[in-house]
Parts: sequence; structure tokens; C-alpha cells
Amino acid sequence: MSSPESPRIIGSLADLPDSARGAAHLVWWGNLGFMLIEGTGFVLAVGCYLFLSSASAAWPPAGDPLPSLWWSSIFTLALIASEIPNLWVKRRSGEHDAAAVRLGVLAMTAIGLILLFLRACEIAALQPSWHQDAYASVMWMLVILHSSHIVTDWGDTLVQALWLHTHQIGDDQFADVEDNCNYWTFVVVAWLPLYAVIYWLPRFA
Amino acid sequence: MTATAAGPGDSRAAQLRQTWRDPPGLWGFLTTVDHKRIAARYIVTTLFLLFLAGMLAMDMRLQLSAPGLHRMDPQLYNESFSLHGSTMLFLVSVPVMEAMALWLVPLMLGQRNMAFPRLAAFSYWLYLGGVLMLWLPHAVNITPDLGWFEYPPLSGPAYSPGHRADIWAQMITFTEVAALAASVNVAMTILKLRPPGMTLAKMPLFLWAMLVASLMTIFALPAVMLATSMLIADRLVSTHFFSPSGGGDALLFQHLFWFFGHPEVYIIFVPAVGFVSAIVETFARRPIFGYAAMVLSVLAIGILAFGLWVHHMFAVGLPRLGNDFYTAASMTIALPAGIQIFCWIATIWGGRPRLATPMLWVIGFIITFVIGGLSGVMTASAPLDLQLTDTYFIVAHFHYVLVGGAIFPLLGAFCYWYPKATGRLMSEKLGTLAFALIVGGFNLGFFPMHILGLWGMPRRVYTYPAGMGWGTLNLVATIGSAVAVVGGLVFVANALWSFWYGRRVGADPWGGPTLEWAARSPPPPHNFDLVLCVDSLTPLWKKELTAFDGLALDRREMLVTTVMEAEPIYRQNSVGPSIWPLMSALAVTLLFVGSIFTPWALVWGAVPVAIALTFWFWPTRARASTGPLGRRR
Ligand code: HEM
Repeated sequence: MSSPESPRIIGSLADLPDSARGAAHLVWWGNLGFMLIEGTGFVLAVGCYLFLSSASAAWPPAGDPLPSLWWSSIFTLALIASEIPNLWVKRRSGEHDAAAVRLGVLAMTAIGLILLFLRACEIAALQPSWHQDAYASVMWMLVILHSSHIVTDWGDTLVQALWLHTHQIGDDQFADVEDNCNYWTFVVVAWLPLYAVIYWLPRFA
Repeated sequence: MTATAAGPGDSRAAQLRQTWRDPPGLWGFLTTVDHKRIAARYIVTTLFLLFLAGMLAMDMRLQLSAPGLHRMDPQLYNESFSLHGSTMLFLVSVPVMEAMALWLVPLMLGQRNMAFPRLAAFSYWLYLGGVLMLWLPHAVNITPDLGWFEYPPLSGPAYSPGHRADIWAQMITFTEVAALAASVNVAMTILKLRPPGMTLAKMPLFLWAMLVASLMTIFALPAVMLATSMLIADRLVSTHFFSPSGGGDALLFQHLFWFFGHPEVYIIFVPAVGFVSAIVETFARRPIFGYAAMVLSVLAIGILAFGLWVHHMFAVGLPRLGNDFYTAASMTIALPAGIQIFCWIATIWGGRPRLATPMLWVIGFIITFVIGGLSGVMTASAPLDLQLTDTYFIVAHFHYVLVGGAIFPLLGAFCYWYPKATGRLMSEKLGTLAFALIVGGFNLGFFPMHILGLWGMPRRVYTYPAGMGWGTLNLVATIGSAVAVVGGLVFVANALWSFWYGRRVGADPWGGPTLEWAARSPPPPHNFDLVLCVDSLTPLWKKELTAFDGLALDRREMLVTTVMEAEPIYRQNSVGPSIWPLMSALAVTLLFVGSIFTPWALVWGAVPVAIALTFWFWPTRARASTGPLGRRR
């Protein structure tokens, strides 16, 4: 119709594959974008913590107990351990092993549930309450912020498990499983500095 | 672009149109994932809000036109400038740039849609939620009244009972989530959906600008979301982030806010650089001068903008050394901006310029922006800033930067791409008239404010006594603003009139060099029949265009390429229309609004969000035939 030039066709894309893995895949990049946003959020939240701690004479302020290490450390160890099955699922999914992926994602759902329980214990042990002072507020903020990521990713894993067990898995869904695994790794890695800041910094500061 | 005359080309086009079109009627309206339709409604909404906020501005200018007027009381004036400023920044300037990107990026890439089509729809609906969040309460007289940045302790629980401050804070959350969704989409579309041959070094400047602006958004916006969430927590569940009595610090809010607020100015300005570069290239009829320097300067602005954040904190007393550093940094940003202006002028100089309306806007932009930049360099020097802060000098400065630096290029871009979107040209006569009224009225209205500021007139005052001698210049300012507003109405009238009566044009009425001009005007649902190839910055200025075929005709498919070299990797299945982005936005709205009243909304509100998102992402494929949940025959 109204074209300045009619293009000359120099080849066909029909022979290209119709899916890809890892960083070649489009969705991998979308995932990365959201990790960047949330990562920035974590960094700034830690920045708030440090800002408030530097403005305070004592940290934790006089009268507040040191944060309890018991449940938080159990949670942290369990979280790190969850990387082993997580990375396994990711590898199996790269090899398009449907049976293993179905099993693995289901297992990750169960593991997520255990972690949520441990996190609940950690939160129950958080002292003092958030409305005590700024120290408590910012500590609670970091924990809640991170917990919301665990809850979201657990929900995602649960739905994925349901879908995988009821449908035939295509290339794109294997890629989705990989992305979900990557996201879990992000949630795990993001926690480590938070754990150090919340639970150890007040002991050395 | 089609193959010649009849034959395979036409049937290909017809089939693709069938595959990519929306369902008819209201259902199609609600479910569409066509980036052009989504962007169009985004743009129309922002323009409507520009009009509303402009009316508020006129109201304020009338109030200030003579000393000692009492048609507005102080509270109403506070509400007016808060609503005006918040609307202009959060509901107009940032979203309109995102919207232009949603419309243009796929076309400029020769693609059929964005990387994540449903995310684009979600972004619009959520943005609309933000609009309603601010303006519906206004209709029942609950209007934020603390300016466009609501500093605690003033906005904290002690000094702002009621829900005015919450509404402001939650409006921010809405619009920022919408902007983040759009930015990820734009950035990843530019990185992964480039046409074969469009290496990073052959990417049009507009795309560079949008890529940088999107990345800036990704890094800047979490800060303000964090700040407003903390504010809401202080107000709702008695945390102590900003209350000194509990060991908190109100300065923390300011730091977080400006970590976003300063880049924000450049998030608005950088896309404008993209518009101007595209227009200058076409109307000078030669490739842009100093492409590499332009790319580097856009990148430099992106990085410097974050370093500048503390310059807003001068007035709150930072350590000496810091002050010197940030003064230097503020002045350095003038350097990349200067390079850009130099390159544009050199392009015009070395080309065969044509003065159609888009080009007029570029000239209006350059002049106005240079004035705004100069007054900016003045305030960037810390000692002077202390003197001028909170006077009309600042009001003049930021309107020069925002209106001159972003709105003028935007209007130019609107005229430039209008024929692509509608298939018709806007009237040049009306366009020139609108241009003269807006640019003339604006300068008449805002230049005197520099002088008023130097004379000491403070900003955010609802009136002033006659004895100060500010009356005449304020009257001039009001007259100028009125002229500009009339110009705006002429502009809109022109757009409407031309929509039905403008001269019909073909694909490339201006002789533009980039791929969007190869699509039909207006582009069909699938944009392009073939996958075009690129081997220069100005592909349409060559003798011959080349293309690939082989994408599916009966399914929505797009080509994904590598990040650096844009080499084809695979064919990506692209999702079709869906109601779930809208449903998800509604669910999120419930959650956001609820959380003003009770923290439990975060828990219960999450359930509908989860349900909606599950439907959104649920892939449709055959049922499994094995395993306990499989379907056996
Ligand atoms: C003809 C158009 C416009 C007129 C007449 C106008 C007029 C005004 C006036 C009278 C004020 C209040 C000044 C004060 O009392 O301190 C104001 C504030 C402001 N305007 Fe505009 N304006 C216009 C367009 C814009 C645009 C396009 C933008 C942004 C893109 C904008 C952004 C702002 C902001 C951020 C404030 C500060 C609000 C605050 O103090 O919190 N204005 N404008």
C-alpha cells in the first residue's frame, strides 16, 4: 500500500526454534528487571537501617534487647539449604526432565511451607514491638519486606506445581520453572546481608 | 510496508490482521493488549489531566493577579498547588513519557508488540487507579494540601490527621508501580526485540533515551515507594521512622524522596532528548551530528542524576565537603546537556532544515531550556541556593525546565507522529498559532517570576500585600499564563479537527528515516507484515529495504534477538487479549485503598491479587496424561 519501498525478502525465520533457555529467553530478562527493582528496594531499606542507626546514640537503643539469634539462624540455615533442591530443579528443568521437574517443584512448595513456619517463629521472637522505637520499626520493616518475597515466591511455586502436574509441559514452561528457581535464589541471596545487618550488626556496633 | 501490488503480500497482511486484531466492542476495549491502543488511552488520559491541572494553575494565577485578593483562602490555595504539582509530575509528565514509549518503541523496532503485552495493559489500569485515587477524594473535598512532596513531620500522624496525606502517599504507590511495570517492559523490549542488524551502535537515539530513562526509573522509583510506605506505616501502625521522639529522623524521608526526586526531573527530560533528536534528524534531512557523543551524554545524564540527589539537601545543612562536591556535580550536568544542544544545532546547521511545526517546537524548546538551565546553574551554587530557595525564582526555574524541557518537546513529538497514528496531518496554520501562543504566553508568564523571586516573593503564598510592589509583574504573569492556556486549547482543537478533516497522508509524510515510517498510517494491529532488517541508523533513507518472512501468520509470534548484536535467536509466542490485567489492577486497587484504613488489607487484599495473577499467567496447554492429576481416557 503506502510504503516508500517494498522490502526485498532476504530469508525466512521459519527455521528458528520457537523457544529458548536462560538469558536467551525473553522472560529471563523480565525476571531480571523485577529483581533489579526489588534489589534496589532492599539496598535502600538497608540504607534506612544504617541511617537510623548512625543517628542514634546506642544501637539498639537503651532498654531494647539484642535481636534473638535462635530462630533467625535456624531459618537462615534452612534457607541456604533450600538452594540445594532449588538448583537441582533448575538443572533438571534445563534438561526438560518432566518427571523430575514435577517432583522437584512440589518438593520446593513443601520446603517453602517449612520455611514460612520458621519465619513465623522468627517473627514471633522479634523484640521489641515495631511501635516501640525507630530501631524496632526498621528491623520489622526489613523482616516483613523479605517475608513478603518468600510468600510471593511460595505462592508462585504452588501454582506452578499445580499446573505442572495437570498439563503437558512445553519448552516455555520449562523456562518458567528455571525463572522461578532463579527468583528463589535471589530471595535467598538477598536475605544474607539482611540477616547480617539485623542480627549481627547490633552486636558489633 | 507490503509486497508489491497484489498476491502473497496482501493475503499475508489480511491473515496477520485477523490474527492480531482485538475482539470487537467493549470486551475488546477492556481486554486489548495492543500497545498502540494502550498507549493511546494513556496519552489521552494524561492530556486530560494536563488540562485539569492547568485549570487549577489558572485559578491560582487569578488569585495572585493583584495584591490582597481573597477569592481563595489559604487552605484552598494549599490544596490547589499540591494537586497541581502532584498531578503534573506523577500523573502527567512521567506517565506521558512512558506512554509515548509504549506507542513508539515497538514501531521503531519493526516489531508487532511489546515484550510483555499484558504488563502494558496492567500498567495503564493501575495508573488509572492512581488518577482516581487523587481526584475522586478531591471531588468530595479530601485533597492533599502539603505540596507535591509531603515532608514529615508535617505529613506525619501528629500534624496531619484525616486521610489527605494517605491519599497522596497511596497515589504515589499506584503510579510508581505502574511506571515500574512500564519501564521493565520498555527496557526489555529495547534490549531483546531489536530487528536483525540493529546492533546497539545502530540504535536510534530515541531508543537509547527510552532505555536510559527506563533504567533510571527502575533504580529511582523504589526509593519513593519505600518512603511513602514508611510514611503510611508511621500514620497507620505507629512506627517511628520519621518521628524524632521515637528515635526516628524526618530527614530520612527527604533523603529517600530526593533519591527519586532528582532523577525524576531527568526521567522526564531524557525521553524529551529522544523526541528532539528524532525530529531534528528528519527535519534537517541529515543523520544526527555526533551520534556517539549524544549516546554518551544521555548515559552521563543518567548516572549524574543520581549523584545530584544531595544537592536538594543544601538547605538542610550537609557537611561542608559534601556541599562543594554536589555543587560541582550539579554544574557538570550542564556539560552533557550542552553537548546535546551543540549536536542538535550542528545537525540543523549542516542539513537542509524545514520549519514545519515539530521543528518549531524544537526551537522553542532549545531557547526555553537554555534559560531554565542558566537559572539552574545559578541555584546549583550552594550559597545562592540558600538565598533563593522557596522564592518565585525557583518556581520560574522549574517551570522553565519542566515545561520548556519536557512539555515543548512532547508537543513537538505529538505533531511529528500524529500522521503516523491517525493517517492525517495536523493543520500547520493552527499548529503555528498554537505554538506562538504557548511559547510566547509561557515566557511572558514565567520570566517575570525570576524577578519576583529576586525581589523576595516567596512561593506557596496565597496572596501578598500591595506595599511589596509585586502587583504589576504578577499581573503580567497571569496574563502570560492565560495566553498559554488559550494556546493549549488551540492545540487540542487542532488535534481534534485534524482527526476528521486533516489531509490524508501515506506511510512517510515527513521523509523520516526510522522503521516506524515504514508501517502503514495508521498501523494495522500487527504493525508490520514482515520482519524488517536494519544496517544503518537511517534505514529508510536507503535505496532498498530488506526483510525476513517466516513468522507465523495464524498465531501471534515475534522475533527475539541478542542483546548486543541483535542476531535472531528464536520466535517468541506473544500472548493475546486478556481480561486479567484489568482484574489484577482492580485487585491491587482494593489492596492499596484498603491499606489506608487497616494493615490487614495487606493480608486479605493479597488473596484476590493472587487469584487474578494466577489466571493472568496460567498457560493454556494440553492436559497431562500421566501422574495422579493427569486426565486419562
Ligand atoms: C501554563 C501552565 C502552568 C501554570 C500557569 C502553572 C502555574 C503554577 C503556579 C501558580 C504554581 C504555584 C506556585 C506557588 O504558589 O508556589 C505552580 C506550582 C507548580 N507547578 Fe505549575 N504551572 C503550569 C504548568 C506546569 C507544568 C506543565 C508542570 C509540570 C510538568 C508544573 C509543575 C508544577 C509544580 C511541581 C509546582 C509546585 C507545587 C508545589 O509547590 O508543591 N506546572 N504552577
